[in-house]
Amino acid sequence: MKRTDRARTWALGIWSTAALLYLFIPIFIVVLFSFNNNKGRFNFTWHGFTWRHWAHPFSNPDLATALKNSLEIAAISTVIATALGTFMALALVRYGFRGRGATDMFVFLPLATPEVVLGAALLALFLTLNVNTGFVTIVIAHVMFNISYVVVTVKARLEGMDQYIEEAAMDLGAGVWATFWRVTLPVIAPGVASAALLAAALSVDDYVITSFNAGQTLTFPLFIFGATRQGVPPEVNVLATGLLFVVLILLALNVVVQRARGRREAAVAAVPAVVGAPANA
Amino acid sequence: MLRLSLRRRRQLLPYLFLGPGLVWLVVFFLIPILNQSYVSLESGNADIGYSFSWNWSVYSDAVSSYHTQFTRSLIYAGAATVIDLIIAFPLAYFIAFKAGRLRNFMLLLIVLPFFTSYLVRTVSWQLILSDNGWVVDRLRDVGLVSSNGRLLATSTAVIAGIAYNFLPFMALPLYVSLEKIDRRLIEAATDLYASRATAFRKVTLPLALPGVFAGSLLTFIPAVGDYINALLLGTPNQYMIGNVIQSKFLNILDYPSAAALSFMLMGVILIGIAIYARLLGTRSLTEAAAA
Repeated sequence: MKRTDRARTWALGIWSTAALLYLFIPIFIVVLFSFNNNKGRFNFTWHGFTWRHWAHPFSNPDLATALKNSLEIAAISTVIATALGTFMALALVRYGFRGRGATDMFVFLPLATPEVVLGAALLALFLTLNVNTGFVTIVIAHVMFNISYVVVTVKARLEGMDQYIEEAAMDLGAGVWATFWRVTLPVIAPGVASAALLAAALSVDDYVITSFNAGQTLTFPLFIFGATRQGVPPEVNVLATGLLFVVLILLALNVVVQRARGRREAAVAAVPAVVGAPANA
Repeated sequence: MLRLSLRRRRQLLPYLFLGPGLVWLVVFFLIPILNQSYVSLESGNADIGYSFSWNWSVYSDAVSSYHTQFTRSLIYAGAATVIDLIIAFPLAYFIAFKAGRLRNFMLLLIVLPFFTSYLVRTVSWQLILSDNGWVVDRLRDVGLVSSNGRLLATSTAVIAGIAYNFLPFMALPLYVSLEKIDRRLIEAATDLYASRATAFRKVTLPLALPGVFAGSLLTFIPAVGDYINALLLGTPNQYMIGNVIQSKFLNILDYPSAAALSFMLMGVILIGIAIYARLLGTRSLTEAAAA
């Protein structure tokens, strides 16, 4: 009995390790080929090691513009979506009101809609209203799909929060806003931070919805897609690797900050929140 | 100015909090989706423009012209969902029950790859599976791929790409539902002389079922609408309904039939969600999405 148990655990462990390795295969290739001393336009076969591309990641002006646009769009849409979504989550968790269940379901719907439908439907609206697509419409679209992600992430955090400390603050004379800024927000801050990080990541990565609503504006994923036809330049690998490192550092910071706050259960709760609902893109 | 009582204010507050976000979603999500049904009934062509005309034939035309891509999408997405379930269930089980202190670290490893760009990952698979690549060469050596056979540009490649890209959508809800199981129930079963296998079959599995359904739905939905994998890893023979919608919308400018197709795709998915909600309620689904 004991021996078969151990064998079973081992088998599970090996399966799990293999599965995780499988997830990292393409990432490994991406990082590796950022160091490839490639000949010509194509970066498909290994020609030896070089730092060349890391020294000049922005040598392609289109790529530099695309990345700049992506980061700006991500910053703006993340701020808007996080603000709107956090208040929605607050309303949905803290207050009983008519239509709460329906609202809950409605907020979930964009997550359950294929991106091609979201993108196409939004473009059809812009065409109907004669709105020119570009930077602004991309931001509108990104806020739209990010709100729902923010709501579900912050809701999860709020549901784990002790409601009585808010009531205590109010009993002690704090108004609605004072309670929100001085009590609720500090407690749910890790959840809000995870939500913002997730929203930014989804925004930077989104290709499908953006491709419908971009007009002449180039973003990082749009550049990559255009490049797939004539060979993706190694600078893309460099920047993709760089972005991954930035995310890693932000994730580590989030964990460190929470540890420092001395809330062990918060750290445990935060990882699923941070990791949760990864790129729909 | 009339001062509202605290109670009154508390009643208004949720609407105030919800308002801005809800308006955004109504204007840029709900109205566009409804607008699609309107656009789909228009007739005309790209040169003279389109006008509304109750043109129901768009729907029958769409079905007769693109049922191949529709069924192909369902088959590919279904296959990818099953593959993900097979890969992710043992993984999620291991993390929930055996990983101990490594638990958060392993969860992080599941999502980390997905912080690289979706396109970059898929292009990377293109390279890995390419005709003169190392993988194809080795598979030819051992005879799993015939000497002129390929991996890229096959339905296998497209399904594998979809399965790869949506794996976390399966793994995380599974983990959440497994992690929630009260261990004492499993102990009770073994104490009552159930074998490990029986305890798994009669206790663990039924309790993990909401996670299985939620994970399957959350994997299937983006998979069925996907067109990037078919575009980059397949050929027009592997194109899915998303490819058709995309090219009709952006290349051919045939808005009515693109709208009709995306409206039907949405319909298929809503039916799926409705069946799920009937069986298990919406609570577990939104919860799984938060995972």
